[in-house]
Amino acid sequence: MTVLEEGIARPHAPERASAWEVVHDWVTTVDHKKLGVMYISSALVFFLIAGFEATLMRIQLAVPNNDFLPPNTFNRLFTMHGTTMVFLVGMPMFFGFANYLTPLMIGARDLAFPRMNAFGFWLFLFGGILLYFSFLGGDGLYGAGTAPDVGWFAYAPLTGKAFSRGNSTDYWILGILVSGFGSTGTALNLAATILTMRCPGMTWGKLPLFVWLMLVNCLLTLIILTPLTAAQVMLLFDRYLGAHFFDTQAGGSAVLWQHFFWFFGHPEVYVLILPAFAMANEIVPVFSRKPLFGYPFMVGATVLIGFISLSVWAHHMFVVGLSPAANTFFTLSTMAIAVPTGIKIFNWLGTMWGGKIRFKMPMLWCTAFLFSFVIAGLTGVMLAVVPWDWQLSDSYFVVAHFHFVLIGGLLFNIFAAIYYWFPKVTGRMLDEKLGRLHFWIFATGFYLTFTTMHFPGLLGMPRRIYTYEAGRGWDTLNLITSLGVAVQLVGLTFFLWNVVRSLLKGDPAGDDPWDAWTLEWSTTSPPPEYNFEQIPVVHSRRPLWDLKHPEDPDWRYE
Amino acid sequence: MQGWNVARARMTSASASPIAKRCRRSGRLHLTGAARTTVSAVATCVLQAAHALAADGPVNAIPNMFAPVSPPAEGIRSLSFLVMAIAAGIFVTVTAVLFWCVWRYRARSDDEHEPPQVYGSNQIEWSWTIVPVLIVLVLFLATARTINELQASDVPPEALRVTIVGHQWWWEIKYPDLGVVTANELHLPVSRDGARRPTYLHLESADVIHSFWLPQLSGKTDVVPNRRNLMWMEPNQTGVFLGQCAEYCGTQHAKMLLRAIVHEPAEFDGWVAAQKKPAAVVDTVAAGRAVFQSTACINCHTVDGTNANGRFGPDLTHLMSRTTIGSGAAANTPENLRAWIDSPDHFKPGVLMPAMKLDDGDLDELTAYLLTLK
Ligand code: HEC
Ligand SMILES: [Cu+2]
Repeated sequence: MTVLEEGIARPHAPERASAWEVVHDWVTTVDHKKLGVMYISSALVFFLIAGFEATLMRIQLAVPNNDFLPPNTFNRLFTMHGTTMVFLVGMPMFFGFANYLTPLMIGARDLAFPRMNAFGFWLFLFGGILLYFSFLGGDGLYGAGTAPDVGWFAYAPLTGKAFSRGNSTDYWILGILVSGFGSTGTALNLAATILTMRCPGMTWGKLPLFVWLMLVNCLLTLIILTPLTAAQVMLLFDRYLGAHFFDTQAGGSAVLWQHFFWFFGHPEVYVLILPAFAMANEIVPVFSRKPLFGYPFMVGATVLIGFISLSVWAHHMFVVGLSPAANTFFTLSTMAIAVPTGIKIFNWLGTMWGGKIRFKMPMLWCTAFLFSFVIAGLTGVMLAVVPWDWQLSDSYFVVAHFHFVLIGGLLFNIFAAIYYWFPKVTGRMLDEKLGRLHFWIFATGFYLTFTTMHFPGLLGMPRRIYTYEAGRGWDTLNLITSLGVAVQLVGLTFFLWNVVRSLLKGDPAGDDPWDAWTLEWSTTSPPPEYNFEQIPVVHSRRPLWDLKHPEDPDWRYE
Repeated sequence: MQGWNVARARMTSASASPIAKRCRRSGRLHLTGAARTTVSAVATCVLQAAHALAADGPVNAIPNMFAPVSPPAEGIRSLSFLVMAIAAGIFVTVTAVLFWCVWRYRARSDDEHEPPQVYGSNQIEWSWTIVPVLIVLVLFLATARTINELQASDVPPEALRVTIVGHQWWWEIKYPDLGVVTANELHLPVSRDGARRPTYLHLESADVIHSFWLPQLSGKTDVVPNRRNLMWMEPNQTGVFLGQCAEYCGTQHAKMLLRAIVHEPAEFDGWVAAQKKPAAVVDTVAAGRAVFQSTACINCHTVDGTNANGRFGPDLTHLMSRTTIGSGAAANTPENLRAWIDSPDHFKPGVLMPAMKLDDGDLDELTAYLLTLK
């Protein structure tokens, strides 16, 4: 325990560096914390870009027969919006938080392979920039330049040379391929770190759940990026070397691409959402002032989700004409995954039950997450009901469902995590008052937009249409959906303002502003480059609880 | 705009004449003398014919999956009610607990003590594992049963067989047993107890993946190149039901609309008989026919009994029996038809039919000719 106290006592001496030195430092750094911050900030920038794309689309769809955007522009926008949000926002958010927090939480000084870590980040950034360069270079030298317009899951044969001339699809392939290499490296790196670099005393049963989830997530990432990469290389072969894997005009198979893609794509959804669960696992207990309810079950549920998620991919394909037997199998596996997911929700509620919940910003977001995620889970079950999916698939109902997952689930928790760990990263608190404005306005806008969005789907509105006829019963619903976006943008402005303001003159945070329990709060804010002066030794899942309550330490009960 | 509203008005109005008048007054119609009389006369006939055709039912403007008129869609609705009931139960229970926690266990500002530290409970864990397992089991069994009931496997002998070919961005509709070819508007007989007339659709694609979706008649099924999918429907109500392509298929995915027109059996037979006739030959429009047969139209379109046998675009033999053109991009009115041929991009930017750059005179003649293709 003395070790920890010394860690707390370490002062941090700031020095003024020239702008060049600062830039040089960030560009050449191999420090997991700096890389983590760079991942998260790049993800935020891409988030704003993709959010802007979504806004343009919602303006177009606000009223029927609108001609604000021509069809091709709209098609490019939804392709770029989806691709960006999944590959350039969701993934780097995962890697950013995992990067920053994993070593701190397991009492290590860095990742196992710091240089590879930097390499992974720069590959991701390069991939992202390459994708966006398509706006200039997509049509090659002779065209004006365009972004890809094949949708984020790029179904064959729309991606074949016959239907996608120019280079826009190539930018989609290569941008994702390159950032995928980066993801593979970083996932490997994180997994190696978690497997080998835990501090003394941190057995599997005492590993913070955040880290457990990151481990499962990394293994999942490693497994699923393989088929995606393979499929993308095959597609390149089709496009440039005369192969016919997906070239239906020469006997290739369109459905093959879907199997490849969704074998990646469905677990990918879990890769995106598990970090959100990981964040909630840390935040809900601290603000309920109780340890996480049912730790072993939470670990078990996570591992189970990881495994089952590998066997549900074809639920994206219930309408391609699978055999009844295949449909039946995939409905079973898909519903089965609801069980461990449900267990997680119940355990969070169990954690809150009997606690003394402090509704600071992080907890507010987590609570809203729980509420949204119940809805997202239930609409997910509806989509798993194959015959009903024959109606719901590819309609706006699906779009609403996965935005409940990815905004109500993931983004809400990312906000929670930013409010929670910002003090650790910057040494300053985010402002609560601006935070509350951000929360209430953004959440209102979110529910306005995405609750409403289910209904046009039920009334037969397919996704990815750039316009629709009046009088189908979709008009008012779409208008409300679009108005909600405006509300969300106002909320988002408060968030950005809060971040900028707090960076400059937020209240000093101190080492442990939330009275929390995991190791990252035992070092300074921001932590020194080496994280801990001496490697800590832990005896329970909540080392700082033990430290603060020597009369009643956790290790007696675990 | 040009599309459904006009079409709907036409289908439901007591008389077609106000619309015909509007057509004649419309500024977009620049027709020369002779052609003008022909066009307006023909237009009136067509509108009346269309009205008569649709007399057996109203247009259901809202493709609402909860207003099914055919067993597959009805089966889905029943199943969805079960699922929604269960989901509602879960939602109410879980959010009630959540709100209770938020309300009951929020920290009071004066309370600095930590609450009792509870680490978990195996009994509780197992019970909230087993209950969801049971719920999932119920849902699964109900789903598996409905899959078996609804998913089409073999075609019964009494079924009407239709082949749908998805194209970028329109639907080719063929009745192989009847020798009928049309586009974008699926005509079906109504099915009644004692005289069941199920329709089985073979789905094929000429290019990319599309998805055939008429929510009130059935769930959607993808239309995949190099693959032949099967779906069925058995409408038990006459009327017009709307739908559209549900799988993103390129630029004009949004305007790949669909309508199903469900007839009384006798009317359906009448429709088939009319469709089987060769194209009308009307002498007054010989000039227009000549324009048609001497331009590239014939490479992409078929008109039975002429040298036009292209397959790239919709069959035009009975063009005027359809209520819309361009897969629902516009109502099939004389002025829309003329504007379409002048510039298909105007209704459907990116469409695969090129603007043919005809001069005004040719356009008028050609339009007059097309208007005779009933
Ligand atoms: C390059 C092939 C091509 C040529 C040439 C062509 N068309 Fe088309 N046409 C199409 C396609 C494809 C469509 C379907 C467009 C859609 O709905 O997306 C179409 C649609 C139409 C329609 C609407 C049919 C319906 O039921 O929706 C009409 C009428 C028509 N064409 C007339 C003509 C005439 C008249 C000419 C000659 C002046 C012509 N087309 C030349 C390809 C062609
Ligand atoms: Cu289509």
